[in-house]
Amino acid sequence: MTAFLRDLARLRRGPWELVASALIACGVAMLMQPWVMALFTWSFLVTLAGTVMFIISSHFPD
Amino acid sequence: MTHAPMEKLARATPRPVARRISGLSDRAIAWIFVAPSIFLLLAVNIFPLIWTVRLSFTDYRVNRPNRDVEWVGLRNYERILTDDGIWATMQATAHFLIWTLVLQVLIGFALAFLINRKFRGSDLWTTAIVLPMMLSPAVVGNFWTFLYQPQIGLFNYAIGFLTGADPASFSMIGDVALAPWAIIIADTWMWTPFVMLICLAGLRSIPESIYEAAECDRASKWRQFWTITIPMALPFLMLAVLFRGIENFKMFDLVVQLTGGGPGNTTTLTSIDLKREAFERWRTGYSSAYAVILFVTVFGLASIYVKALNKVKER
Repeated sequence: MTAFLRDLARLRRGPWELVASALIACGVAMLMQPWVMALFTWSFLVTLAGTVMFIISSHFPD
Repeated sequence: MTHAPMEKLARATPRPVARRISGLSDRAIAWIFVAPSIFLLLAVNIFPLIWTVRLSFTDYRVNRPNRDVEWVGLRNYERILTDDGIWATMQATAHFLIWTLVLQVLIGFALAFLINRKFRGSDLWTTAIVLPMMLSPAVVGNFWTFLYQPQIGLFNYAIGFLTGADPASFSMIGDVALAPWAIIIADTWMWTPFVMLICLAGLRSIPESIYEAAECDRASKWRQFWTITIPMALPFLMLAVLFRGIENFKMFDLVVQLTGGGPGNTTTLTSIDLKREAFERWRTGYSSAYAVILFVTVFGLASIYVKALNKVKER
């Protein structure tokens, strides 16, 4: 966990891509879930944030 | 000697052309060759994408070109993401997507596993299994409509024969509970062969020597399956899921032909809803925002998937 946070602070590709992937997966699940309307409303913003973060972090060093 | 064809080509170049390109660097000549493709890509893909994003912030209607276009900011996005109907459409798409992927991967992999064991007539069987994939979705949709007919449909007859139910007592396309399954069955029938072909390529790429080594170590067939076959075929399986996932998220033609989005809105998938907004209600700005939401979702999913695929390949 410490190594993960350290790599995150040093702007390393691996952990940032992991965070971005988690955000995208969360956003898609929120978009398609049938239970809470508020989650559906915020889903696009979460997916967009994850996607933009993924594009940017894929240019970080390994 | 090896340069002879190049020299011949150089000599064949018309003199005005040769004079024009003689002063150019290799890089510049490369750019000249690549430029048409880049131009086409920009004109056909990038420009429409940027234009769609721009339109999504307006109330533009393509059927009223002379009307003043108002900049509405994020209002289209706000309306879409608080719309109960679109939420229901997303759920219908999720139901379709999850079940088609599960069924196609399970059946496709099982078929590939069977076909991979060489037996008499296996090539003929492969061709027969692959046939549905070669048909047009419009044709498949049309003949599944006949198969699902309560009075004369073969599907209803088969279900009636197996369960003892009256074939005319249920309608796959007309029933709210059964219609989502009708489109799942038709899509699975059509696209399982595609998953099977990809899995077959994966299975055939596993070297026989690995199984021989496992046999020497007295590994059971079950253990060989879980520790050799599945891990080595996994990148191919993931590729199949990626292709089918993206395709089914955009599914349009087969479902329109089969159910037209009905009964009610039970089989209205996002692409059908988007088409209605754009070309039946003519709300171009609103439908552009809808398209941007779908694009970001598919793009995000594809990014995760490509990353996962690369990780599996590295192993």
